[in-house]
Amino acid sequence: MSISIKFFASLREQLGRDDCELEAGTVRTVAEAWARATNDAAMPVNTLMALNMEYVDVDTPVSDGDEVAFFPPVTGG
Amino acid sequence: MKVEIREAGFEPFAEVSRYQTAMQAAGKFGAAAVFVGSMRDFNEGDTVEQMWLEHYPGMTEKYLEKISCDAMERWDLLDSFILHRVGRICPADAIVLVAVWSAHRAAAFEASRWLMEELKSRAPFWKKETLSEGERWVAKNTPG
Repeated sequence: MSISIKFFASLREQLGRDDCELEAGTVRTVAEAWARATNDAAMPVNTLMALNMEYVDVDTPVSDGDEVAFFPPVTGG
Repeated sequence: MKVEIREAGFEPFAEVSRYQTAMQAAGKFGAAAVFVGSMRDFNEGDTVEQMWLEHYPGMTEKYLEKISCDAMERWDLLDSFILHRVGRICPADAIVLVAVWSAHRAAAFEASRWLMEELKSRAPFWKKETLSEGERWVAKNTPG
Protein backbone atom coordinates (compact mmCIF):
# COMPACT_ATOMS: atom_id res chain seq x y z
CA MET A 1 0.00 0.00 0.00
CA SER A 2 1.05 3.60 -0.30
CA ILE A 3 -0.08 7.18 0.25
CA SER A 4 -1.39 8.98 -2.81
CA ILE A 5 -0.54 12.67 -3.22
CA LYS A 6 -2.36 15.04 -5.58
CA PHE A 7 -1.74 18.64 -6.62
CA PHE A 8 -4.25 20.90 -8.32
CA ALA A 9 -4.44 24.09 -10.39
CA SER A 10 -1.62 26.65 -10.06
CA LEU A 11 0.16 24.50 -7.47
CA ARG A 12 0.30 21.59 -9.92
CA GLU A 13 1.82 23.87 -12.57
CA GLN A 14 4.36 25.38 -10.15
CA LEU A 15 5.49 21.94 -9.01
CA GLY A 16 5.35 20.43 -12.50
CA ARG A 17 3.48 17.31 -11.35
CA ASP A 18 -0.10 16.35 -10.67
CA ASP A 19 0.34 13.33 -8.44
CA CYS A 20 2.75 10.87 -6.87
CA GLU A 21 2.81 7.92 -4.52
CA LEU A 22 4.70 7.79 -1.22
CA GLU A 23 5.69 4.59 0.44
CA ALA A 24 3.52 3.96 3.50
CA GLY A 25 5.30 4.47 6.81
CA THR A 26 7.71 7.09 5.48
CA VAL A 27 5.58 10.08 6.53
CA ARG A 28 3.49 10.70 9.65
CA THR A 29 1.60 13.92 8.88
CA VAL A 30 0.23 15.98 6.00
CA ALA A 31 3.18 18.38 6.42
CA GLU A 32 5.66 15.50 6.09
CA ALA A 33 3.80 14.22 3.03
CA TRP A 34 4.18 17.66 1.42
CA ALA A 35 7.89 17.78 2.25
CA ARG A 36 8.55 14.29 0.89
CA ALA A 37 6.47 14.78 -2.25
CA THR A 38 7.98 18.16 -3.15
CA ASN A 39 11.60 17.58 -2.06
CA ASP A 40 11.17 20.06 0.79
CA ALA A 41 9.76 22.88 -1.31
CA ALA A 42 8.39 25.82 0.70
CA MET A 43 4.61 25.51 0.97
CA PRO A 44 2.84 28.67 -0.29
CA VAL A 45 1.16 30.35 2.71
CA ASN A 46 -2.37 30.06 1.36
CA THR A 47 -2.18 26.37 0.43
CA LEU A 48 -5.27 24.31 1.28
CA MET A 49 -5.07 20.59 1.97
CA ALA A 50 -7.41 17.64 2.12
CA LEU A 51 -7.11 14.11 3.48
CA ASN A 52 -9.38 11.58 1.78
CA MET A 53 -11.32 14.51 0.28
CA GLU A 54 -11.97 16.38 3.54
CA TYR A 55 -10.26 19.59 4.59
CA VAL A 56 -7.51 19.13 7.18
CA ASP A 57 -4.44 21.02 8.39
CA VAL A 58 -0.71 20.28 8.18
CA ASP A 59 -0.59 18.46 11.53
CA THR A 60 -3.20 15.85 10.61
CA PRO A 61 -1.77 12.30 10.73
CA VAL A 62 -1.71 10.25 7.53
CA SER A 63 -1.77 6.49 7.17
CA ASP A 64 -1.50 3.73 4.63
CA GLY A 65 -3.99 4.02 1.77
CA ASP A 66 -4.75 7.70 2.36
CA GLU A 67 -5.14 10.29 -0.39
CA VAL A 68 -3.64 13.69 0.42
CA ALA A 69 -4.32 16.70 -1.83
CA PHE A 70 -2.77 20.18 -1.92
CA PHE A 71 -4.29 23.10 -3.78
CA PRO A 72 -4.49 26.91 -3.91
CA PRO A 73 -7.46 29.01 -2.68
CA VAL A 74 -10.62 27.99 -4.50
CA THR A 75 -12.25 30.19 -7.14
CA GLY A 76 -15.43 28.44 -8.27
CA GLY A 77 -18.96 29.77 -8.71
CA MET B 1 -31.50 16.94 -3.39
CA LYS B 2 -29.12 16.85 -6.32
CA VAL B 3 -25.51 17.88 -7.03
CA GLU B 4 -24.03 17.69 -10.50
CA ILE B 5 -20.74 18.69 -12.15
CA ARG B 6 -21.06 19.01 -15.91
CA GLU B 7 -18.65 19.70 -18.77
CA ALA B 8 -21.36 20.55 -21.29
CA GLY B 9 -23.04 23.95 -21.32
CA PHE B 10 -26.49 24.22 -19.77
CA GLU B 11 -29.47 26.54 -19.88
CA PRO B 12 -30.06 27.21 -16.17
CA PHE B 13 -33.74 28.07 -16.29
CA ALA B 14 -34.57 25.00 -18.37
CA GLU B 15 -32.66 22.97 -15.77
CA VAL B 16 -34.67 24.51 -12.92
CA SER B 17 -37.92 23.95 -14.77
CA ARG B 18 -37.08 20.31 -15.50
CA TYR B 19 -35.95 19.64 -11.93
CA GLN B 20 -38.99 21.32 -10.41
CA THR B 21 -41.39 19.44 -12.67
CA ALA B 22 -39.89 16.12 -11.53
CA MET B 23 -39.85 17.07 -7.83
CA GLN B 24 -41.92 15.16 -5.33
CA ALA B 25 -42.64 18.37 -3.42
CA ALA B 26 -45.12 19.81 -5.93
CA GLY B 27 -47.87 21.59 -3.99
CA LYS B 28 -45.72 21.66 -0.85
CA PHE B 29 -43.41 24.55 -1.70
CA GLY B 30 -44.42 28.17 -1.70
CA ALA B 31 -40.98 29.55 -2.52
CA ALA B 32 -38.18 28.78 -4.95
CA ALA B 33 -34.96 30.81 -4.90
CA VAL B 34 -32.64 30.47 -7.87
CA PHE B 35 -29.12 31.84 -8.22
CA VAL B 36 -27.26 31.69 -11.53
CA GLY B 37 -23.61 32.71 -11.85
CA SER B 38 -22.41 33.43 -15.39
CA MET B 39 -19.06 34.18 -16.96
CA ARG B 40 -18.13 37.86 -17.36
CA ASP B 41 -16.00 39.00 -20.29
CA PHE B 42 -13.94 41.20 -17.95
CA ASN B 43 -11.99 40.75 -14.72
CA GLU B 44 -9.65 43.10 -12.88
CA GLY B 45 -9.74 45.57 -15.77
CA ASP B 46 -8.87 43.00 -18.46
CA THR B 47 -10.91 41.46 -21.24
CA VAL B 48 -11.31 37.74 -20.67
CA GLU B 49 -11.74 35.65 -23.82
CA GLN B 50 -12.48 32.31 -22.21
CA MET B 51 -11.91 30.34 -19.06
CA TRP B 52 -10.87 26.87 -17.95
CA LEU B 53 -12.54 25.54 -14.82
CA GLU B 54 -10.79 22.74 -12.98
CA HIS B 55 -12.16 20.73 -10.06
CA TYR B 56 -11.13 17.90 -7.74
CA PRO B 57 -13.24 14.96 -8.95
CA GLY B 58 -14.79 13.28 -5.94
CA MET B 59 -14.04 15.94 -3.36
CA THR B 60 -15.97 18.65 -5.18
CA GLU B 61 -19.13 16.53 -5.36
CA LYS B 62 -18.65 15.41 -1.76
CA TYR B 63 -18.29 18.99 -0.56
CA LEU B 64 -21.36 20.19 -2.46
CA GLU B 65 -23.38 17.27 -1.07
CA LYS B 66 -22.19 18.14 2.42
CA ILE B 67 -23.30 21.77 2.20
CA SER B 68 -26.61 20.72 0.63
CA CYS B 69 -27.24 18.42 3.61
CA ASP B 70 -26.14 21.16 6.02
CA ALA B 71 -28.59 23.60 4.40
CA MET B 72 -31.43 21.06 4.63
CA GLU B 73 -30.73 20.74 8.36
CA ARG B 74 -30.28 24.43 9.01
CA TRP B 75 -33.36 25.64 7.11
CA ASP B 76 -36.75 24.10 6.49
CA LEU B 77 -36.04 23.23 2.84
CA LEU B 78 -38.01 20.83 0.69
CA ASP B 79 -35.34 20.32 -1.97
CA SER B 80 -32.12 21.72 -3.45
CA PHE B 81 -30.24 21.48 -6.74
CA ILE B 82 -26.65 22.56 -7.43
CA LEU B 83 -25.22 22.33 -10.94
CA HIS B 84 -21.68 23.54 -11.77
CA ARG B 85 -19.77 23.66 -15.06
CA VAL B 86 -16.17 22.54 -15.50
CA GLY B 87 -13.86 22.61 -18.51
CA ARG B 88 -13.83 25.32 -21.18
CA ILE B 89 -16.26 28.17 -20.59
CA CYS B 90 -17.06 31.18 -22.77
CA PRO B 91 -18.37 34.64 -21.78
CA ALA B 92 -22.11 34.65 -20.96
CA ASP B 93 -22.13 30.90 -20.28
CA ALA B 94 -23.78 29.84 -17.04
CA ILE B 95 -21.17 28.55 -14.57
CA VAL B 96 -23.24 27.69 -11.53
CA LEU B 97 -26.87 27.14 -10.65
CA VAL B 98 -28.14 26.95 -7.06
CA ALA B 99 -31.86 26.39 -6.58
CA VAL B 100 -33.73 25.72 -3.34
CA TRP B 101 -37.38 25.13 -2.54
CA SER B 102 -39.17 25.75 0.76
CA ALA B 103 -42.63 26.39 2.15
CA HIS B 104 -41.84 30.07 2.87
CA ARG B 105 -39.54 32.63 1.25
CA ALA B 106 -37.15 33.37 4.13
CA ALA B 107 -35.66 29.88 4.17
CA ALA B 108 -35.28 29.84 0.38
CA PHE B 109 -33.59 33.26 0.21
CA GLU B 110 -31.27 32.60 3.15
CA ALA B 111 -30.31 29.05 2.17
CA SER B 112 -29.53 29.93 -1.45
CA ARG B 113 -27.28 32.80 -0.35
CA TRP B 114 -25.54 30.62 2.22
CA LEU B 115 -25.01 27.77 -0.27
CA MET B 116 -23.45 30.14 -2.81
CA GLU B 117 -21.11 31.67 -0.22
CA GLU B 118 -20.02 28.23 1.00
CA LEU B 119 -19.51 27.06 -2.58
CA LYS B 120 -17.44 30.14 -3.48
CA SER B 121 -15.26 29.98 -0.38
CA ARG B 122 -14.66 26.22 0.05
CA ALA B 123 -15.72 24.05 -2.91
CA PRO B 124 -12.60 22.89 -4.79
CA PHE B 125 -12.88 24.60 -8.17
CA TRP B 126 -10.21 26.76 -9.84
CA LYS B 127 -10.55 29.22 -12.71
CA LYS B 128 -7.88 29.93 -15.29
CA GLU B 129 -8.58 32.89 -17.55
CA THR B 130 -7.45 33.33 -21.13
CA LEU B 131 -6.60 36.96 -21.91
CA SER B 132 -5.25 38.34 -25.19
CA GLU B 133 -1.77 38.35 -23.58
CA GLY B 134 -1.91 34.80 -22.24
CA GLU B 135 -3.37 32.79 -19.37
CA ARG B 136 -3.62 33.40 -15.63
CA TRP B 137 -5.10 31.61 -12.65
CA VAL B 138 -7.68 33.60 -10.70
CA ALA B 139 -6.02 34.13 -7.32
CA LYS B 140 -9.18 34.52 -5.22
CA ASN B 141 -12.88 35.16 -5.47
CA THR B 142 -14.37 38.60 -5.02
CA PRO B 143 -16.08 39.16 -1.63
CA GLY B 144 -19.61 39.23 -3.04
